[in-house]
Amino acid sequence: MAKRDRLSGNEAIAIALRQINPDVFPAFPITPSTEIPQYFASFVANGQVDTEFIPVESEHSSMSAAIGASAAGARSLTATSSCGLAYMWEELYIAASNRLPLALALVNRALSGPININCDHSDSMGARDAGWIQVYAENNQEAYDNMVQAYRIAEHKDVRLPIMICQDGFITSHAVENMELLEDEEVKNFVGEYEPENYLLNPGCPMAVGPYSITDYYMEAKRNQAEGMKHVEKIVLEVAEEFAKLSGREYGLFEAYRLEDAEYAVVMIGSAAGTTKDAIDKLREQGEKVGLLKIRLYRPFPAETIAQALKGVKAVAVMDRAEGYTNHGGPLGADVMAALYRARSQALAVNYIYGLGGRDVRVEDMEGIFATLKQIAADGDAGETYRYLGIRE
Amino acid sequence: MSYNFKETMSKPERLAPGHRMCAGCGGTIAVRNVLRGLHEGDKAVIGNATGCLEVSTFTYPYTAWEDSYIHNAFENAGATLSGVEGAYKALKRKGKLDETYKFITFGGDGGTYDIGFQSLSGAMERNADMVYVCYDNGAYMNTGIQRSSATPMYADTTTTPVGSASNGKPQNRKDLAAIIAAHDVPYVAQTTFIGNFKDLHVKSEKAIYTPGAAFLNIMAPCPRGWRYNTPDIMEICKLGVETCYWPLFEVVEGKWILNYEPKKKLPIEDFLKPQGRFKHLFKKGNEYLIEEFQKEVDRRWEELQFRCSRG
Amino acid sequence: MAADITKLGVKATWKDLTEGMIIAGAGTSKEFNTGEWSTDKPVFIEEKCKQCLLCTPVCPDSCIPVKDGKRGEFDYDHCKGCGICVKSCPFGAITMEGV
Repeated sequence: MAKRDRLSGNEAIAIALRQINPDVFPAFPITPSTEIPQYFASFVANGQVDTEFIPVESEHSSMSAAIGASAAGARSLTATSSCGLAYMWEELYIAASNRLPLALALVNRALSGPININCDHSDSMGARDAGWIQVYAENNQEAYDNMVQAYRIAEHKDVRLPIMICQDGFITSHAVENMELLEDEEVKNFVGEYEPENYLLNPGCPMAVGPYSITDYYMEAKRNQAEGMKHVEKIVLEVAEEFAKLSGREYGLFEAYRLEDAEYAVVMIGSAAGTTKDAIDKLREQGEKVGLLKIRLYRPFPAETIAQALKGVKAVAVMDRAEGYTNHGGPLGADVMAALYRARSQALAVNYIYGLGGRDVRVEDMEGIFATLKQIAADGDAGETYRYLGIRE
Repeated sequence: MSYNFKETMSKPERLAPGHRMCAGCGGTIAVRNVLRGLHEGDKAVIGNATGCLEVSTFTYPYTAWEDSYIHNAFENAGATLSGVEGAYKALKRKGKLDETYKFITFGGDGGTYDIGFQSLSGAMERNADMVYVCYDNGAYMNTGIQRSSATPMYADTTTTPVGSASNGKPQNRKDLAAIIAAHDVPYVAQTTFIGNFKDLHVKSEKAIYTPGAAFLNIMAPCPRGWRYNTPDIMEICKLGVETCYWPLFEVVEGKWILNYEPKKKLPIEDFLKPQGRFKHLFKKGNEYLIEEFQKEVDRRWEELQFRCSRG
Repeated sequence: MAADITKLGVKATWKDLTEGMIIAGAGTSKEFNTGEWSTDKPVFIEEKCKQCLLCTPVCPDSCIPVKDGKRGEFDYDHCKGCGICVKSCPFGAITMEGV
């Protein structure tokens, strides 16, 4: 039986974690993710979870301790944002290369500098090639649902990789929305027990983790690691299917919103997708064939299915909430355009940098994007493909 | 705890041979003997900061460790083992584990005094039930003898080279044992290789079996970095203690205890002379440098005696 | 289950490597011969030995096995010939010889 509630994204994640009852949660505060460990600490204080909560002295240590705990045979996680994630950078690679299925509740925030506490995706985009699974949410409900599904994906024996559950700082983390929660028992049964094969605290067989690897092994080790990533798309879909049976809410690798017959499409990640949907609904009423492809799984990148979904479009705008400093656009732009190229797409594509440091994205902004796409298609020329949305010139 | 040397040495070896540390390395002497503090039948998880010890004792697929072992990175051995220990507590609480485990992590002075200092301080302040062992050889030996904050004054290292305008490292070494003691952890001790290793064995057992955080600082000479005659390691350690350069002490629940007082404190030259890294101090005209060094040793020795006299 | 490291030599394919490069098991370094590094080796003169065991803690390479309070022969597969044990013996029961 689902329960309706009004919750912020951070509280929703914290509740999902209470229901999961993980073994070890090392944490360090950073805006806007601070509330997650804060709520969780109150669950610990009130005896609602069995978790060992470790209030460490930095984010580097929170990820380090989460790695130690996971290697030891525990289900572990941490939460962070922005510079906290950047501080963990080295550790992210180690978690992934050790094939440790731990979780990170990430609340996306701009990276310094200048220091800014609001949303963009520069933090998680910087971690996109670290070997983690990255799943993004549009709203509080999705953040909660993704967290509930996280360990089932990460711990799957064909995957065994760490997973980052991302939501937009303040926009979803702090805004309160109506949402549906699963019953504690339902979550417990859905997530199940963690049963690692090899772990440090296995009395039957000791284990050594974190070797020095000479050149003869390093490349094979990386290829071996990549194999885990190859299975992720399939497992994400399987877990989503099972989750849908439990919750009635359906998830895929991405959400295609009114995309079926769309001639002009936007590809984006996160909360601004909601704004874009409003723009689409408005334009559809005017007879415009516009649609949205909202990324849920960004790492690994489901390039083929994305290209397939964009097959019919004449022009596409890929929206990056992070700079790439390539002089060509952001990381999502690069990934989507490469996917279109491989699929021999004829679509004209442009890449927008938008919403940095919490810059608001309005329905009119997105209407403007669709108008631009229509013009590009009419001209048969994308023009400058590296653009900024809503910048003061 | 009564001590029996023969029984201690008859325990099963917990650091297997076949590791790639240099011939005559003090680091593995420290490790082998610390692990003799574990009671037979008790299991352990060993942590390790990046350094010589890590790259040489777990070179894929060869692990020299007879217990579970985790290396994570250079600066986070304290936090990593905190996580392992946290997992132990959680799994025990959930009834998923019956066995007793002990948690011991090793770091060189680079990984302990310097880059791993924050992570170590955090683990100590949280009073994690673990022992952090620093095998202190007074420089970044793994990368080729660069100075650390544990390097003694005037040592010739590759980042404090002796030259026409340099007498080696200009600064004194950090007193890490005192800093960790200031964390108010239940057990801190400083030791090295002396005689039959009773001091090291007893302190290791105490550190391992004291509930809460414990810290051991072990002077573990590096023949390459210190440039002494490799077989002379025991003599070097003895001179370190007899000159009061490396005093043996414990801080138990905040109480400072001096474990050994030389009958006749030897001049610091005796410790410096056999080491190539201090060769320049014995050049004519550099006598004042040895005097300076002696002054610092005396100052620290008096400070330690004062602390221990207060108990 | 402990990993079979004989299958993890430098010619192993990526599929052969252990997941996460972990090694289940312990003490696999015994399979690696460091004895061949040495140019000198210690010689144990048993008749001079008083079994004081002072040579046993000083070995950096765990090459002096102790059983029931008595030391045995050197482990020449791993001894690197550092010579520390020679100096530690009060009875002259260990000498160094060229290999």
